[in-house]
Amino acid sequence: MIVLSDVLILAAILFCISVAGIFINRKNVIILLMCIELMLLAVNMNFIAFSHFLQDINGQVFVFFILTVAAAESAIGLAILVVLFRNRETINVQDLNSMKG
Amino acid sequence: MAQISNMMLLLPEIILLGFACLILVVDTFSTDPDHRITYVLSQLALVITISLVFYLHTGATALAFGDVFISDPMSSALKAMIALYGLVLFLYSFEYLTKQGWVKGEYFVLGLFAILGTMVLVSAYSMITVYLGLELLSLSLYAMVAMNRDSASASEAAMKYFVLGALASGMLLYGISILYGITGTFQLNELNQQILQHSEQTGLLVFAMVFIIVGIAFKLGAVPFHMWVPDVYQGAPTAVTMFVGSIPKIAAFAMAMRLLVNGLEPLMTNWQTILIILAVLSMGIGNITAIAQSNIKRLLAYSTIAHIGFLLLGIIAGSQQGYAASMFYVITYALMSMGAFGVVILLSRKDFESDLLEDLKGLSDRNPWFAFIMLILMFSLAGVPPFVGFWAKWFVLKELVASGFIWVAAAAVFFAIIGAFYYLRIIKLMYFDKADETPALEATAQMQVVLSLNGIALLIIGLSPGLLMALCLSSLL
Amino acid sequence: MLENYFPILVFLSIGTAIGVVLIGLGLVLGRLLGHARPDSEKQSPYECGFEAFEDARMKFDVRYYLVAILFIIFDLEIAFLFPWAVVLDEIGMAGFWAMMIFLGVLVVGFIYEWRKGALEWE
Repeated sequence: MIVLSDVLILAAILFCISVAGIFINRKNVIILLMCIELMLLAVNMNFIAFSHFLQDINGQVFVFFILTVAAAESAIGLAILVVLFRNRETINVQDLNSMKG
Repeated sequence: MAQISNMMLLLPEIILLGFACLILVVDTFSTDPDHRITYVLSQLALVITISLVFYLHTGATALAFGDVFISDPMSSALKAMIALYGLVLFLYSFEYLTKQGWVKGEYFVLGLFAILGTMVLVSAYSMITVYLGLELLSLSLYAMVAMNRDSASASEAAMKYFVLGALASGMLLYGISILYGITGTFQLNELNQQILQHSEQTGLLVFAMVFIIVGIAFKLGAVPFHMWVPDVYQGAPTAVTMFVGSIPKIAAFAMAMRLLVNGLEPLMTNWQTILIILAVLSMGIGNITAIAQSNIKRLLAYSTIAHIGFLLLGIIAGSQQGYAASMFYVITYALMSMGAFGVVILLSRKDFESDLLEDLKGLSDRNPWFAFIMLILMFSLAGVPPFVGFWAKWFVLKELVASGFIWVAAAAVFFAIIGAFYYLRIIKLMYFDKADETPALEATAQMQVVLSLNGIALLIIGLSPGLLMALCLSSLL
Repeated sequence: MLENYFPILVFLSIGTAIGVVLIGLGLVLGRLLGHARPDSEKQSPYECGFEAFEDARMKFDVRYYLVAILFIIFDLEIAFLFPWAVVLDEIGMAGFWAMMIFLGVLVVGFIYEWRKGALEWE
């Protein structure tokens, strides 16, 4: 039998992995995009678990909105990535340092 | 069956959405390289939105759309301001884009969507609407920052803005999910009551609240979540920087009001402590780092961070008068910020951004009138009495002291005095230094008129601040 | 008990028979009517646009990104249709028109990408 805390712990672990991925990753911007996606999915898992255990449908409605917004978000992220690559010829995170001060 | 109630209250948003879609389609069929029809239609959409907001304004509070949408005096006042600022922003932007020779219809469409997102956020009464409004605003802004496709710094700024913004949304959502788990509701008013009933779980509630504050602080650009602000301000085209620096600040203020005050009021003592840390850090780091800047857009970015600290002080005060003072602050700050970037746009020429402090040298010889306007703007931003910035700071500090946070107010005054230095340096550059070269200013008549009006409006509000303050107070009580 | 499954058995056998006949017919007719000129391109497995077997970490055309971006948006927005379709009976005309407005907004996006030439490969 799966209890609420099991799902919450899994979601928390996924969330931590994704946040760590955003801060630790110094190589590739695409990995950042994947981490962002993972973060939103971890949150979705929280919502679904609460929705199921509270017997309340609103949580699942929110999940639908998060999913669709996440799609739009990753589309814009990829679009910015393409523009960035065209201008800089690199998608290395460490090279994104042209502005200082 | 669920009834869709009070749809009339959403009319400004619905009309704005309709116009944005219409303009998007019209723009693809227009062959004009200046996209003049897109620009005119966008301005028309905003004028209609403003008149609808005034028409629907009753001064009463009403819920709509399954109670996820609220129409109250604060939302009406902020919406009218947002749409009005949108008109001014589009005018400045059109001037900038024509000068630089890359007018894009998408700029105006995305701008309209950003304004729509802000309006939804201002009227949000459920955490779902808060999230959707916020994302509509943020996603439009990411795309606008990257809009100049040939600029390497703009695309880099857009990437940073995107990654950190998405991280902030994720944090906010995680906080919301835990709040939902404890209280079982997304409605802000029910949340308020549920928190009182679940007072035994304060630890968990505070945990969720911290995530929500991190999300808000990212969007506001408060220290230590300010890393994106300087790069985005510097890297983005000036027209977009101006957009990022004005309307989203109002949105972030509304978001803080809705989530912290309407939703999490029972946890006030907890969020006050966190906001004090954020505010003092923002004022300190913003003002001190700004002194070392040579790029005016980057300087204004750090000045924004400092002003955000001041804005938070009113919310920390935790009284209706304090919130009203914050509202006064954000409304006047957005106006000052638009004016300052307006002057940068005025000085820019084709392929020349004019974003270094040196470019302001000897402005009083080149054009005394606009040097005077810039003088008003800088005195206002610095908070020199009797300019409007002084009153904004004064109201906030007065309420802060009234709520008993005397040492925070003292720190704020200290940092404001440090901050005055770099604004006064700009004035020195304009009036006492000689320009290296003096090309004539290129500006259309309407740009000159509106920029002058912008400065004069600030002067008038500064001379009689009571009127706007009374409006802010009446919209919050 | 088992006789309940008899129609399924009949269905499966007829289906298999038709399949065998059609494929056999196709093979025989192809052998009789067509020319057999195999070359390496024809013999290789089809994998839209790429070499089928090579290192996964290769560079590929940036235009695939555009297709991916457009696909993601329209693919996931359609997710709203599933819950809507399930409760269509209960939500009445208001629900119906709400979805039509939503699809209308999507169509605006589609017109935009079409007019901008995002659907052209070249």
